[in-house]
Amino acid sequence: MTENPTRPASLELRGVVKSFGAVQALRSGSLRVEPGSIHALVGENGAGKSTLVKVVAGVYRRDGGEFLLDGSSVDFSSTAESKAAGVAVIYQEPTLFPDLSVTENIFMGRQILGSGRRINRSAMYAEAASLFAGLGVHIDPRRQALGLSIADQQIIEIAKAISLDARVLIMDEPTAALSGVEVERLFTVARRLRDEGRALVFISHRFDEVFELCDTVTVMRDGSYVDTLRVADTDVDKLVALMVGREVGDLFPKTPATVGGPVLEVRNLGSTGVFHDVSFDVRAGEIVSLAGLVGAGRSEIARAVFGVDGYDTGSVHLLGKAVPPRNPRAAIRAGMAFIPEDRRKQGLVIDASVSRNVAGVIRGRLSRFGVLTQRAENEASAPWASRLEVKTNALDMNATTMSGGNQQKVVIAKWLATEPRLLVIDEPTRGIDVGTKAEVHRLLSELAGQGMAILMISSELPEVLGMADRILVVSEGRLTADIDRDDATPENVMLAATRTREVRA
Amino acid sequence: MIDTAKQDQQPETEHAHAELVAPSELSPGRRAFETVVRSREASILAVLLLIIAVATIKSPNFLFSANSWRDLLLTPSVLLLLAAGQCVVIITRNVDLSVGSVLGLTAYLTGRLFIDTGLPIVAVILVGVLAGAVLGLVNGLLVGFGKVPALVITLGTLYIYRGIVLSWAGSNRINPSDMPDAFGNLGTKTILTIPVLFILAMLVVVVVGYYLYTARGGRELYAIGSDPDAAVLYGLNVRRRVIAAFVLSGALAGLAGVVFAARYGSVSSSAGSGIELQAVAAVVVGGVAIFGGSGTVWGAAIGAILLVTINRVLPILGIPDFWQQALVGALILSAIALDRLLSLRRERQLIEARDS
Repeated sequence: MTENPTRPASLELRGVVKSFGAVQALRSGSLRVEPGSIHALVGENGAGKSTLVKVVAGVYRRDGGEFLLDGSSVDFSSTAESKAAGVAVIYQEPTLFPDLSVTENIFMGRQILGSGRRINRSAMYAEAASLFAGLGVHIDPRRQALGLSIADQQIIEIAKAISLDARVLIMDEPTAALSGVEVERLFTVARRLRDEGRALVFISHRFDEVFELCDTVTVMRDGSYVDTLRVADTDVDKLVALMVGREVGDLFPKTPATVGGPVLEVRNLGSTGVFHDVSFDVRAGEIVSLAGLVGAGRSEIARAVFGVDGYDTGSVHLLGKAVPPRNPRAAIRAGMAFIPEDRRKQGLVIDASVSRNVAGVIRGRLSRFGVLTQRAENEASAPWASRLEVKTNALDMNATTMSGGNQQKVVIAKWLATEPRLLVIDEPTRGIDVGTKAEVHRLLSELAGQGMAILMISSELPEVLGMADRILVVSEGRLTADIDRDDATPENVMLAATRTREVRA
Repeated sequence: MIDTAKQDQQPETEHAHAELVAPSELSPGRRAFETVVRSREASILAVLLLIIAVATIKSPNFLFSANSWRDLLLTPSVLLLLAAGQCVVIITRNVDLSVGSVLGLTAYLTGRLFIDTGLPIVAVILVGVLAGAVLGLVNGLLVGFGKVPALVITLGTLYIYRGIVLSWAGSNRINPSDMPDAFGNLGTKTILTIPVLFILAMLVVVVVGYYLYTARGGRELYAIGSDPDAAVLYGLNVRRRVIAAFVLSGALAGLAGVVFAARYGSVSSSAGSGIELQAVAAVVVGGVAIFGGSGTVWGAAIGAILLVTINRVLPILGIPDFWQQALVGALILSAIALDRLLSLRRERQLIEARDS
């Protein structure tokens, strides 16, 4: 594992840039991975890790910068090219063909052929069995991929990578959905691959795993390279400081509001395999933020509270009254409003006019003898739209032609028309430009000031710290911290978000 | 030092997974036997045999008179060909609703070729198949490049192709006397009591089944239907495979049109209308998942024979007309419900096992 300066790195990126429209996802991504090394890549949500990985995998094409494999410059325009060059990426949720056997999944498109170009199944089964044996795992080569645990699916992906003789393996948050024993098995496999001289990149939010498995670590922040350190020479505090590394200013003006009695009471909410034992309150005039890493279960908790998804245990009360599970209509009637993360998909009838969108949720109240006129819709939605300063020339304009910020305001307007007591909002400013962001924040703060209870889910740490009166941190489907506004720092939120299951400690 | 510690943990790790992923320890022969017995195809075959048995007990002539035996095999021949093509298309998570119209068009074309040209029988058959393939290619190109669901595309071509036959044929019809005797005899000819047309249809089924099971292209069709997005990530040529599936379906519908003309002798402009739904039903009853990715052409073939046979058996059993249709419907629904139930139960079990 000693570094040899004359030998080229297996994978080297220097100042890689990637933009999507006006958004610069990667400003200057750099990474140098030696053969026979396990290299950790860490950073907050949105630091640019996934974009960097997708550039290496050939999903995206870089706009600028250098990209070298074994010392020679490469430029992939498809995943097939990166595969052929010996790069394999194992995603958090592998994409397998569920209906086919694990062996077919490994060899799809390049099956072993026998006489007459017929597929030689027994040779493939034998090859798969020897791959699994080499990895030290027991998987029946003949079984269907359907129903495999995420851990086993990842093993299939790794087996595929080895059968392709990949020299560079990138694992994008492979342990997020794994249990303790499964993580140990993955690590054993990873070490084995390292000892064979392959280069591994390991993306993880769990510092204990980084320290256990990796020899080198690169930190990214805001789409840029920050630093590369030897794991032996650093510690958790230093990494967190490098990852956060910025001041939370007054970007997000939260006006103080008088906090009233509890509006939402969630008790022991649990859903098998998704989240467990979740209890919290949201009081009138309070903005409570569910913070945590992507995939921690924040959105799932919100969806269960609103009744979009079911839950197995626990209860939800709004203003002291029980809200029935799996019944969004009842939740709306009880006084809840829910603005989902992907508004194009879930919150907005994208091809309909603004007024139809706003009036949609209160159709029942507007219709006369079951007939809904455009006039009634326009009349009902006008005050809301003007209050939110939705910049559309007419209420008849289609929502699809508006900017992300204005779409978000239409969605908020739509729900305000139901006069909710509790607003659940998932990623309120995702994909919204900076100017409109502040407007959305001002609006949320104003609504809280009027006594509305707000449950906000956000992956952006500055937004969480700036807006929330109280921060509930979710990690792996459990609440790991309840931090008051005054005590909250980027460090303690980040630490709670990366806190792993007690079982593994 | 650290590595030896990991080695020590290894057995425990393996033990934790033994329950979920332990390789089965059956001998290859035993495994093959179990796979066949437990397959969907075997259970449909059992239902088919049961129905034949019941009908034969009720009326021994159903199986034991020479004509009935011939009809038992001859009647499903057309549907067998359509089901084989439909099966391939459905496996790719598409559907071809135009096959009934393609059949009508090529059946009429077959008659016209005998009337208007002096082409030999073999050439006429080839032209019929080719014409079907071209119509299938149109479907495939529209689906492959149109980014519109195949359901909509082929619903459109169903009407277009039928419109072509209607305006071409008008009120004319092809009569048995318009075609050479040798061609008409194909419809009744048997080898060792087995009708030639049935042998032809089964040959097609065997070839398609063999291709699907043993060729890279065949396996890729399953992969595409199982997860189209993953298929793209794997670098498979999804569009080319889907177009090929539609061409095959069209060609087999063309062949079915020729067989239809040979079997029935008379062809009107409405020949084969509505049969596309029977083809889809046969495939679904035969255990091919409607969302693609699983099932076999063997199942689809048994499904086709089952549907045709049920339609002949129910009157023998004295079941009224209305209930005959309803029974077929119930069969389709229960086939789909069974599929869904089995996969849901399995998924649930595995999630719970993981979570505990």
